[in-house]
Amino acid sequence: MTFANEIPLLLLLLVTAAGAILVKDLMSAVLLLGSYSFTLSLVWAWLGAVDVAFVEAVVGAGLATVLFLLTLFGTAPKDTRLRRPPPSLTTLIVFPLLGVLLLYAANDLPGFGDPNSPASVHISPSYLEQSYQDTHTPNVVTSVLMDYRSLDTMVETVVIFTSGIACALLLRRQSK
Amino acid sequence: MKTFLFCVLVLLVILIGVYLYRVLQGPTIFDRVLGLNGISTKAIILLIVMGLYFERVDMFIDISTGYALLNLVGALAVNKYLEEKGAP
Repeated sequence: MTFANEIPLLLLLLVTAAGAILVKDLMSAVLLLGSYSFTLSLVWAWLGAVDVAFVEAVVGAGLATVLFLLTLFGTAPKDTRLRRPPPSLTTLIVFPLLGVLLLYAANDLPGFGDPNSPASVHISPSYLEQSYQDTHTPNVVTSVLMDYRSLDTMVETVVIFTSGIACALLLRRQSK
Repeated sequence: MKTFLFCVLVLLVILIGVYLYRVLQGPTIFDRVLGLNGISTKAIILLIVMGLYFERVDMFIDISTGYALLNLVGALAVNKYLEEKGAP
């Protein structure tokens, strides 16, 4: 098993996600989502994606908790639906089939950290070899993000800025 | 040394599971808040042990510091909410 070491963390992920869906009190669901993000970023860190883990910790565990709490300020703290409708027959058939299909397709993916996988041989070596001469930035991820793909990053920033303005407009306190 | 660090990692994950039981089961909201705080402190230690295991402590120290700071922000937000709305 390639991923035997991740299984305890993945089990924790499953438990927290299911708990966040099943719990009735929305405040507790927010706290459970916070612990879900903690576990997810531990998984990223274990797989070696330290930057992704950092973003997950900042956005998932920090910002999302605060945003959800701000939403709870303006809405009811309880899940007011008396009982959830049972899943329909289509859901029960289609989603397990989708899961089986994804597992079947996952067999064809290259192995974790395989140096001969298509993603590793296409353009990554030239980034790794030339990024310091090109951009004088010690961190390769930063040089790809801020230099080679700077336009892309700029438009992403515009999107995030717009959504931030929308959140601020929706969540502001009504001053009387 | 690697084996020892790996055992510490597994033990910490089991400890997170214990806290998670309290978060899931907790009768009052305060049990859940305390459980979440416990999980996040364990996550900070887990990250540093992970850094020792991969021998790249310098990178993992950064994330664990960010974790600690954000944990404070989250706890403050929860407390502010409980103060204004009252404990359910």
